[in-house]
Amino acid sequence: MTSATVGTIDIVAWFVYLFSAVMFVVGLHFMNSPKTARKGNQISAFGMVVAVLMAFVVLFAKGFVNIVAVVVLVVGILIGAVAGVVSAKKVKMTDMPQLVSVFNTVGGGAAALVALNDILTKDGTPDIVVLITAGLGILIGSVTFTGSLIAAGKLQGIKWVKKLALPGKGVWNILFAVLSIASLVMLCVQPEQRLLWSILTTVFALCYGLVFVIPIGGADMPVVISVLNACTGTAVAMSGLAIDNVALIVAGALVGSAGVTLSILMAQAMNRPLISVLAGGFGGGSGAAAAGDGPEGTMKETTPDDLAVQLVYAEKVIFVPGFGLAQAQAQRELADLGELLKNHGVEVSYAIHPVAGRMPGHMNVLLAEANVPYEELVDLEEINPQFPQANVALVVGANDVTNPAARRPGTPVSGMPILDVDKAQNVVVMKRGRGMGYAGIQNELYFEDNTQMLFGDAKKSLQAVIAAVKELLA
Amino acid sequence: MPTLVVSITLFVLALLIGIEVIGKVPATLHTPLMSGANSIHGIVIVGVVIVAAEANSPLAYVFIFLAAVLGTMNVVGGYVVTDRMLEMFKSNKNEKKGESK
Repeated sequence: MTSATVGTIDIVAWFVYLFSAVMFVVGLHFMNSPKTARKGNQISAFGMVVAVLMAFVVLFAKGFVNIVAVVVLVVGILIGAVAGVVSAKKVKMTDMPQLVSVFNTVGGGAAALVALNDILTKDGTPDIVVLITAGLGILIGSVTFTGSLIAAGKLQGIKWVKKLALPGKGVWNILFAVLSIASLVMLCVQPEQRLLWSILTTVFALCYGLVFVIPIGGADMPVVISVLNACTGTAVAMSGLAIDNVALIVAGALVGSAGVTLSILMAQAMNRPLISVLAGGFGGGSGAAAAGDGPEGTMKETTPDDLAVQLVYAEKVIFVPGFGLAQAQAQRELADLGELLKNHGVEVSYAIHPVAGRMPGHMNVLLAEANVPYEELVDLEEINPQFPQANVALVVGANDVTNPAARRPGTPVSGMPILDVDKAQNVVVMKRGRGMGYAGIQNELYFEDNTQMLFGDAKKSLQAVIAAVKELLA
Repeated sequence: MPTLVVSITLFVLALLIGIEVIGKVPATLHTPLMSGANSIHGIVIVGVVIVAAEANSPLAYVFIFLAAVLGTMNVVGGYVVTDRMLEMFKSNKNEKKGESK
């Protein structure tokens, strides 16, 4: 291969990667609206396919040192593709947030591996730029790897992951942060010892990822995943700087800043600064202490038949869906009930808390799946003034986002904006059991005078209510 | 090909574009968006292909194999799962066209 053709293909590749980067930006832009969002994702995927094909064209055009590497590469890609498609196709709607976190885990791992490879397997001592950028790629990628894994475990509800606790959590955070950064600095100072220092950087950063996420409560996981997503993007951009590739730099930086922006928006929705979320303020206290401070009084129970009567004779009903709805897979039943009531002349709307479920927009996706018209899903600010006019507020599996304790200072949920469900004339809460929400405290709403509880699986309860409503309307 | 100065310029400009693009996305689309952005950083697979060209040691093969598996899983799975989420918005989009205010 002559040097002239090598030069040409490099220029072609540069513009093709630029084209892919533009596709990513356009794709993200189209995700602004539900109408174009799917197209946006497809545009972005198209850009990705083009970039990967270009990388292979360059690989074969410019040649490679050893065929084994190419075989290993292709086999790895095939395995990864099958694993990705199978897990993405098989996952239930309720488990999607975990899966996103798992994909983030593997992405962070891949970025760290590319950076490690760059430092460890090249002949000769890498220059300082490579050491800094690849070092940062290793550090950030490793933090994301373990952090996202723990986040996924917490969302999946794996018991031993949820129970993980660290005495003196702040100390560990600082310790591993300092150790991993110190190793990174040593890597740059003593490049001849790069094997030792890069391994230490990796190990300490992996530990930091663990101690960073373990103390953070499950309710804050969406924000954490978004932050880690941004970290992976940055790690990829750093790896891109290390190997001098425009596609990695631009796409990584794009995801990095987009992820940070998204995290800030999510934290804002919970009315808490991002920093305090990451410091692990939520649910940090022990469950036992919080339970002791629980509200006094008794919960009143109701029956599906009773609820049906209330709903049929109401003028305005507000549904308040939460994670319980997703868990019970009851979105279709809730939509059917809404349809029935609407046809009967009852005004029905769905109150969507920005962090209801396990991720922002979780409820929207779920209800969209059940064909609930987009217009009936109402945001927090818009729906809250409407609660006093509602005859019935039906809470299905939502907990912390309805807890009036958030209006008082000094509770784990304090300061979080809530849905003013307690202001509705009657409140009925569908709940699986008497357990607590993710914040680890009892919901004061359940003890209010105007609140009735309907315990049981949301799907079965809703089916019973639908049957009762049909009977009343017949 | 680019010099470090150009690369850092690109990095900073891309950061700004990311902020600008996300600033406009409604909360309802945050989950698919996070998932979509998540698949974009699967671009790391391009990096894996590039380093594979120079790989010539067992250690490098191990790195490349693992990175290829993880990176591809990220990118392929990410796009498929995002598409599944967004598919659900499509079904009600057709219905609501007539009644939108």
